[in-house]
Amino acid sequence: METVQTIERTEAFESPWAGGVSPFKTSWQKLMMWLFIIGDALLFAGFLAIYGFVRLASPSWPNRAEVFHLELIALMTTALISSGATMATAVEAARRGHWRMVVRFLLLTLAGGLAFLGMQAYEWSQFIAAGATLQSNPWGVPPFGASFFLITGFHGAHVSIGIVILLITAVRSATGRSRAGGLELAGLYWAFVDLVWVFIFPLFYLI
Amino acid sequence: MIPTPIGNATPHATGFWRRYIFSADHKVIGIQYYLTAMAMALVAGALALLMRIQLTWPGIRLSWLGKLFPAGMPGGVMTPEFYLSLITMHGTLMVFFVISLALVSGFGNYLIPIQIGARDMAYPFLNMLSFWLVVPACLIMLGSFFVEGGAAAAGWTAYPPLSALPQAVPGSGWGQTLWLLAMALFIVSFTMGGLNYVTTILNLRTKGMSMMRLPLTVWTLFFAAVLGLLTFPALTAAAIMLLFDRHFGTSFFVPGGLFVGGEIVPHEGGTPLLWQHLFWFLGHPEVYVLLLPAVGMTFDVLAAFTRKPVFGYRLVVISLIVLTALSVVVWGHHMFVSGMSPYLGEFFTIGTMLITVPSAVIGLCLIASLWGGCLRLTTPMLFAIGVIALFGTGGFGGIFLGNATSDIFLHGSYFVVGHFHFMIGGVTLFAMFAATYFWFPKMFGRSMNERLGRIHFWLSLIGFYGMFLGMHFLGLNGLPRRYYAFTQFEILKPLQGMHLWISISSFLFAAASFLFLFNFFWSLARGSRAARNPWEATTLEWTVRSPPPHGNWEAEPPQVHRWAYEYSAPDAARDFTPQTVEPDGAMAPK
Amino acid sequence: MGVIFNILMRNHPSTLAAATTGPLQGRSHGLLLALFCLLVPFLCFLFWKQHQPPPVASEHGAGIDLMINYLLAAVGGLLLVGHAILAWFVWRFSRQDRVTFRLATVRTEWKWALVPVVLMLLVAEGGVLVFGVPVWKKFYVAKAPANALTVEVTGQQFVWHFRYPGKDGLFGRTHVKFIDDDNVLGLDPTDAAGRDDLIVNGQLRLPVNRPVRLRLRSKDVLHGFFLPSQRVRQDIVPGMLIEVWFVPNQAGQFEILCTELCGLGHHMMRGLLQVMPEREFEQWLNQNHS
Ligand code: HEM
Ligand SMILES: [Cu+2]
Ligand SMILES: [Cu+2]
Repeated sequence: METVQTIERTEAFESPWAGGVSPFKTSWQKLMMWLFIIGDALLFAGFLAIYGFVRLASPSWPNRAEVFHLELIALMTTALISSGATMATAVEAARRGHWRMVVRFLLLTLAGGLAFLGMQAYEWSQFIAAGATLQSNPWGVPPFGASFFLITGFHGAHVSIGIVILLITAVRSATGRSRAGGLELAGLYWAFVDLVWVFIFPLFYLI
Repeated sequence: MIPTPIGNATPHATGFWRRYIFSADHKVIGIQYYLTAMAMALVAGALALLMRIQLTWPGIRLSWLGKLFPAGMPGGVMTPEFYLSLITMHGTLMVFFVISLALVSGFGNYLIPIQIGARDMAYPFLNMLSFWLVVPACLIMLGSFFVEGGAAAAGWTAYPPLSALPQAVPGSGWGQTLWLLAMALFIVSFTMGGLNYVTTILNLRTKGMSMMRLPLTVWTLFFAAVLGLLTFPALTAAAIMLLFDRHFGTSFFVPGGLFVGGEIVPHEGGTPLLWQHLFWFLGHPEVYVLLLPAVGMTFDVLAAFTRKPVFGYRLVVISLIVLTALSVVVWGHHMFVSGMSPYLGEFFTIGTMLITVPSAVIGLCLIASLWGGCLRLTTPMLFAIGVIALFGTGGFGGIFLGNATSDIFLHGSYFVVGHFHFMIGGVTLFAMFAATYFWFPKMFGRSMNERLGRIHFWLSLIGFYGMFLGMHFLGLNGLPRRYYAFTQFEILKPLQGMHLWISISSFLFAAASFLFLFNFFWSLARGSRAARNPWEATTLEWTVRSPPPHGNWEAEPPQVHRWAYEYSAPDAARDFTPQTVEPDGAMAPK
Repeated sequence: MGVIFNILMRNHPSTLAAATTGPLQGRSHGLLLALFCLLVPFLCFLFWKQHQPPPVASEHGAGIDLMINYLLAAVGGLLLVGHAILAWFVWRFSRQDRVTFRLATVRTEWKWALVPVVLMLLVAEGGVLVFGVPVWKKFYVAKAPANALTVEVTGQQFVWHFRYPGKDGLFGRTHVKFIDDDNVLGLDPTDAAGRDDLIVNGQLRLPVNRPVRLRLRSKDVLHGFFLPSQRVRQDIVPGMLIEVWFVPNQAGQFEILCTELCGLGHHMMRGLLQVMPEREFEQWLNQNHS
């Protein structure tokens, strides 16, 4: 039990760190947004996993081609994806300081999002008119209707929140109170909402 | 939204409300969390005592309680449904509203910024919001005792169909709905906290504070936050769907063809096992969320009172990484006999036995940290050693339960109750006490009473072992958990002696806890003034005055020059070298 | 009173040195703690002498007992060694006032880390692979032998129902819509296979030494079917039909417990298991079918 002092070890911990905004060279706002998105994505993953579990456990599942208007869904998807592209343009414009252009593209994005929501509302109304509820539906096992309403509804809620965020950002940009960093955050969120749809679309409507 | 590297503290507020109630200062929020947890612990502990009284003297009449709970204890005699509400609420409160709040949210908020050299959390306002979401969650949970049917009664695991069908048990009426709502609020709040923790630890460290210089408290809180962020979404999704099953007629967790309370249940198509998978996908990592910070704080206390660095800092960090990764793939060990595929059972057994490896490495580092030290057996140190003992005793019990074959006999028995109380009850409580005695001078600028602290320690230690060691062996007899009374079975009747022993121990533990409460509040008013660094410790929080000023540092945030455990450094003037001390000739390699 | 209070409350040390001086500090606490650590394994042993599983009464149960006993011995040994080491460290290092060992080299750390790694891999993982998995396979994965008797167990808040298939060896169909006071399981009156089904309430009779296959069903919520002496435990999940099989090898009367929370009467959901010689069993079955 002699005194062992290992300079070797002390040195091993001498990795200096300059402080500041590293390690990912991002601001904390952006890092936090990313973490939030990961968490939220996992929530969607949870829903989709439940959906998959219930669907596998069901004796049968309705034929999607008969139930859904796939053209409408394709249109919805297009609207949402193009709004993603316009949003990316807006973010880029903000980075270069072209605020007029930012506002214009934000409005385009808003239009895309609203079009998506409108079509989704139409789809829902069609479903409800046909007699689908959370408890049952005319096409097959009850979990079909329930998971449809729950998952598309949850995504729709995300789109709606996104639209509110976009509206606020648009107003702020028009009045010169926005910064590029803020736009980037809104852009991240909007891209996430798009991306989730890219998962829901095939898993729910195609496969 | 300009990225601000360090200066996150909101301007110093003046009025009473902004300063002590709706404060965005991480230290105030930490203390608020801690006090909330203390209040909830009083309730949850009282519930536990009521349970122990009922189990030891079944049907005993406690008239004065009959007035408080006219439905649950008519005339002072407990009904079975009330007992089930008690276990449910005790478990839920203890896990989520006591230990999570005190260790992760309370000490986490207080310590993270100040230990990494930041002025505050990354997003102080979000932090304040997260606290003010927990308050209604607590009130809803407590309030649920007084609604029709009483509080939730399906266990803290809330397995459907029991939790989904109001006709299955009285507590599954409004009580269960309120339980789900309160849990939802809690999850949102905890997620906000987790976002802040991870961001703050990654981005707001002061100059020189590289990851491998962080105190282990911060490391463990980091992994706890990461685990929370990764696994709470599963419970959130499940809770939302259970709410839909209960109130909107969906059938995610309720299959068709059920007959409950004389009626056919209208649901069709769900699978109850799905809930169990989702619940335990969170539930298992949740025990690490509680356990890891407890271990991290224990390391900090050990270092300060052995006057030497912890053993195997690097090993601990690596083990934490492995543990975090493995902990999300072992949830099935709670479901060996649930009707899940037996092949999955094998998979989860092997995974669970693997996870004993990093746990045992952490155990080794805890014990080995004592080696060669010069132990100062102050109250925090006594509790820290208590943590090591509990971690050892409780951890070995886990080997019996993670093994599918022995779990066939032990599942759902008091062995389980004994085991998890050691881990998420004992290790965490003792670490919480150690942390309280240790950081109290920093938090409140006064010292706690040592003598009372030591008495508190000894009573707690004896009481705790008395309660939960015995429970393991009741489980070995086959005694099932969640039983309102053990009077109906011949094989369970002979065990009443052990129940008496356990209950007496629990009274001892309760008495000790009151001693602690008394000490806490007495010292708050009368304790002698504490200096900056009463324990002669090395980490950053000890370099500022006690209690620290708003924004933590009077001038510039400190610059860090060394790792967190520079105790008894050779050639140093004193037996501790704070992290802020610049290396000079004395430290250079010879 | 006041004096005791004063003595108790005077001790508010505000420095490390002050906290570690005075009566009953330092060494004495170290010794006490060390003794306590040694007491724990001893206490475990005492408790174990008093509290053991009921005598085993099934074939595979011996395997489960072997697993548990192996763990008791191996883990108990580790517990003893672990606590002894802790006791020694606490006692030994509370008696010195100078740090005698400061930092291990990285290599030493890794070397020591191998100890728990190897121990855990051997004791925990090895134990489960050697003793555990074969029993698990036998209980859960292997199919019941052809000569097995099949009995259906239905859990209901808070009673057990047992159904024997009758001479045709077939269970009649059931449906929830037929359930009433006289037809607790909801037997379909139009199904001929169900005519000779024998339904018994609360008591399960089984022949000794013959494999029995249980079909577990629930009418309402989760239940847990637990035969402590036979080391049989299986949760019952509504909406699922779960099968387990085992061979009771001791005649006698045993209790059946519910071990998954099912509501108010969970603690009194008692059943009886009567394991009887094959001849007696056949006699009973015949009597009740006619
Ligand atoms: C300190 C005094 C404590 C006592 C006397 C105590 C006692 C009990 C008792 C008697 C049960 C019910 C057993 C049953 O009927 O199944 C129980 C369950 C439980 N306790 Fe504690 N406990 C204590 C502390 C804690 C702590 C600190 C935690 C922290 C996590 C905790 C978590 C739980 C959980 C999760 C359950 C399971 C509830 C359920 O079955 O749904 N307990 N406790
Ligand atoms: Cu687990
Ligand atoms: Cu039950």
